Amino acid sequence: MLEIIVFLPLIAALAIALGAPARFTALSASAFALVLSLVLAIQFDLTKEGGFQFESARPLLDIGGFPDLSLSFGIDGISLVLLLLATIVMLSAVWVAPGEKQIKGSSKLYYLSLLLIGGGAIGAFCSTDLFFLYAFHELALIPTFLMIGIFGHGENRVKTAWTITIYLGVGSLILLVGLIMALVGVGADTFNIEEIIALAKSPETAIAAGEQKWIFGILLVGFGILVSLFPFHSWAAPAYSDAPEPVAMLHAGVLKKFGLYGLIRIAMPMLPAGMEALTNVLLVLLLGNIIYLGLVTIAQKKLDRMLGYSSVMHMGYVFLGIAAANHLGVSGAVLLMFAHGISIALLFALCGWVRENYGTVDFEKLGGIASHVPKLGLLFGFAAFASAGLPGFANFAAEVAIFFGAFKGAEDGIGWIQWATIIALWGVVISAVYMLRAYRSIFLGECSKTLSAPADMTWAARLPILLLLVALLVVGFVPEILNQFIRPAVEGLFLVKAG
Amino acid sequence: MDPNTTAWTVLLLPLLVAASILLGLKRWSGLSALLSTGSAALTLILCLLLASGDGGDVKPFPWIDLGLDFRVEIGFILDELSRGMMLIVTSIGFLVHLFSLAYMKDDDGKARYFAGLSLFMFSMTGIVLADNLVMMFIFWELVGVSSYILIGHWYSKNTAADAAKKAFLTNRIGDFGFMIGILLVWSLTGSIFFEQIKDAVGGVTNLTMLNIAVLCLFCGAIGKSAQVPLHVWLPDAMEGPTPVSALIHAATMVAAGVFMLARVVFLIDAAPTAAEIITWVGAITAVLAALMALQQNDIKRILAYSTLSQLGYMIMAQGLGHGGSDAGMFHLYTHAFFKALLFLGSGAIIYACHHEQDIWKMGGLKKKMPITFWTFALGTAALIAVPFTSGFWSKEAILETAYHEHAMFPYVCGIIVAFLTPFYMTRLVIVAFFGKHRTENADHAKEVGPIMWVPLAILAVMAVFSAYDPIAKPLLANGHADFKHLVEHFGLTAILSLLGLAVGVGAAIYLYKGRDSDPVSIPLFRDKFYIDELYQGIIAIFQDAVASILDIVDRFVIDPLMARFPAMSALTAGSFFRAFQVGNVQTYAFFFGVAVIGLILFLLL
Repeated sequence: MLEIIVFLPLIAALAIALGAPARFTALSASAFALVLSLVLAIQFDLTKEGGFQFESARPLLDIGGFPDLSLSFGIDGISLVLLLLATIVMLSAVWVAPGEKQIKGSSKLYYLSLLLIGGGAIGAFCSTDLFFLYAFHELALIPTFLMIGIFGHGENRVKTAWTITIYLGVGSLILLVGLIMALVGVGADTFNIEEIIALAKSPETAIAAGEQKWIFGILLVGFGILVSLFPFHSWAAPAYSDAPEPVAMLHAGVLKKFGLYGLIRIAMPMLPAGMEALTNVLLVLLLGNIIYLGLVTIAQKKLDRMLGYSSVMHMGYVFLGIAAANHLGVSGAVLLMFAHGISIALLFALCGWVRENYGTVDFEKLGGIASHVPKLGLLFGFAAFASAGLPGFANFAAEVAIFFGAFKGAEDGIGWIQWATIIALWGVVISAVYMLRAYRSIFLGECSKTLSAPADMTWAARLPILLLLVALLVVGFVPEILNQFIRPAVEGLFLVKAG
Repeated sequence: MDPNTTAWTVLLLPLLVAASILLGLKRWSGLSALLSTGSAALTLILCLLLASGDGGDVKPFPWIDLGLDFRVEIGFILDELSRGMMLIVTSIGFLVHLFSLAYMKDDDGKARYFAGLSLFMFSMTGIVLADNLVMMFIFWELVGVSSYILIGHWYSKNTAADAAKKAFLTNRIGDFGFMIGILLVWSLTGSIFFEQIKDAVGGVTNLTMLNIAVLCLFCGAIGKSAQVPLHVWLPDAMEGPTPVSALIHAATMVAAGVFMLARVVFLIDAAPTAAEIITWVGAITAVLAALMALQQNDIKRILAYSTLSQLGYMIMAQGLGHGGSDAGMFHLYTHAFFKALLFLGSGAIIYACHHEQDIWKMGGLKKKMPITFWTFALGTAALIAVPFTSGFWSKEAILETAYHEHAMFPYVCGIIVAFLTPFYMTRLVIVAFFGKHRTENADHAKEVGPIMWVPLAILAVMAVFSAYDPIAKPLLANGHADFKHLVEHFGLTAILSLLGLAVGVGAAIYLYKGRDSDPVSIPLFRDKFYIDELYQGIIAIFQDAVASILDIVDRFVIDPLMARFPAMSALTAGSFFRAFQVGNVQTYAFFFGVAVIGLILFLLL
């Protein structure tokens, strides 16, 4: 069944290319993928400690001297949570995408690309083979670039598209170098992730600590570029503001999590000594995301830019959870990947509605529109508070776990990471500042007279928004719903570490 | 009903009501209002049941379980403190709901208003019943958001929208400290549950860290209970509808900081330095706020500064050990009744005077609104501590404790406030109720209807008698009127506060009787010591200017260095993309899709 989920979006994309009705096919494929991934969640065996489930493998290459290649899939609790994230956001993004007639150019290309981005991300999260993990991500990146260049908005969209093509291309190359070094380091003759990690853990084949530091550094830069870790972040905000909103939803919400997933899945268990050596560097960089980029976010004057920067800023918290390198912090990081993915998709979807109906997302040109469009105002209020980490939304549960995880060990004195946690907590104030300011200047206060009032959001427009909102609220009220999957998987990561 | 069901119903019923209003009932605003008021009545009855029982176990809900060292539950403590506080929250909550039925009768956003009230009742209940720090923090934030919603109820008014934002953000600054405090307490005692912290606190050896931890927790109280230096949001919060000011910004939510400190009194006992700072902050707030109250003209703002000042009393008491904590809670309870009364009374006046809030534009309301006047007068009597009213007993308890604990500076501050409070309240009453009407609005004022004056009357009874049994008994064992003690220990404190009362009232009558404008002008007090302006400057420089500079750095230094340079060099080959835009996109898409999927199919086979 897992294979069906992975290939469903890709086959649907093929069908669209061959002439199937674009929107209908894309919508039904993503709805079906979501239902199937929910079924997987129900069937998931919670009693198993760690390890992949629903595994499948199709050996492809078995040549001596070259690692064995196999198209193999499987999920543990971490990948399951990301699979759910991907299928939820994909359905919502396809749903809010403009109708076929409104798309200038080819609606086929538009919907096909959305499916490829979503499908690529799903493939990457579900791959248990390192080669395909990497390949699926690349597959998803290409349509992202195309969509920004062709269907994006803003005069600079072509330039933006080129910038991120090259930037992320370079990031992927650096990542590739790091992965190859790691593979060679353990002397793997397979791409199977579990086997590679087992090799890295066994004393005979483990990489020397001094070497680990270098490899981890390279992987951190490679994955860091993809996740917009400070100072490799500057591609992100323009890309998201120029991208069509469904693409911003899918990339900021889902695809970007690939880098974090890679760090947790590969770099952290394979290179514990390297990670320990570079933790303090990582702390400085992630504070760059939280504080420096948090302040930059405050200075933004357009909603799309602000959301772009805020998305980059929040990556700092996920990195903090990873830097904690304990059960609490990593669980929080995984939970925040889900929560952030949903909430940023929610915000971009609403931003898209504002752009479409008001023709602008400038704070200055908008103002007091909640009295025109109260339903939108209410939904945006929910989204803004979710993003600012209000309890009741998944984001809060995740952040609490991260803060406690990173603060752990303070009984032996306040060390680097505890200080970093304290500074990072100020980011919670910062994100409330920019979110409430944006909400105040767009929605509240006196309504600007020059604005003409559009009709409020219809049910059809609200349903994909509600899908995301309900996901955030359910996980926020009962975080155990996801945590029950994450707990054994994260324990599994650390078990491997001990063995 | 067993305590388990009762407690869970008290918590969840208001949430259910808020959610169902939001999800669809809002179309029928009358029904929404009735449902919300009904749920407030029901929770009051359930809390009376809880208070008459003797506690019992409540089954917690596992919220998140992250292994041995960190597990958060939604669980309840049903002890004297929480049961007493719940009685205050639900009784005043119910009366405010009732009052609002009339006050918000014709408001466009009535359904949203009542949903906000119910959300608030849910959040406040969570704070009071919480058995661990993280749960308390969760609901702490949620009351913040319900306060945001209700302050900004008239959101298309710029001032209301700004006030709501300011309240939330100021509280967030306090919560920044609160969270650090929770983390520190957790690492010192290994737990977030109050019971376990209490058991472990004796074993904490690092006293410096414990003091810091308590001070960090106190930051949360500074924000929520609007103590100096984070007091600036509360006066602005008066932009909300007046019943909201009564419930949230006078009686209950702003007292949450006091309640929280009372909940962790064992930590404060173990951290003497922090305790002293807490007392001082409370004392300073009490005096500064009373000074600011002297020169305000907006009836709600006078009451708001008065609330700040009285909260200062309560916070001051929390730093004085166990006895002080009880005295502080005693004052919280009596204050809740008389301040809710004063706010609802001012609501009745504002309603009758067509939304006029300036006391200098009122006058002569005594004859036009007799019930409102007499209830307001009783509330004032309790606030200025006229002997044998509830406020008299609780204030004496605080000052006595301060004297007893040799906390001289706070004691002197407390006495100064005892002189100032009677003065500004008498000024308010004289200017608003006596003399002649000064505007048409005041001339046209009529007494309000029974839905509004019945809550006033009930609260007036409470304002006078809430320090006596049987009202005092279920609230607090250690706080009630005690004639014997008063007679036996009659001394400096009692004499000074009686003197303060006489001087304050006398001076105000002398200065303000028969006046049509304020004969006194002290800009420093009227302009609130220019603290708001100072903060605006700080925010403009340290946040907004820095943010703008960093934005420029990001655009013109980091971006060119890290992204633009490599991209520009490749852009020379950039006609590639233009080809897609004008060229045959469909063909490209077709080949692209076929190539990708073909590759995968090929690999599969």
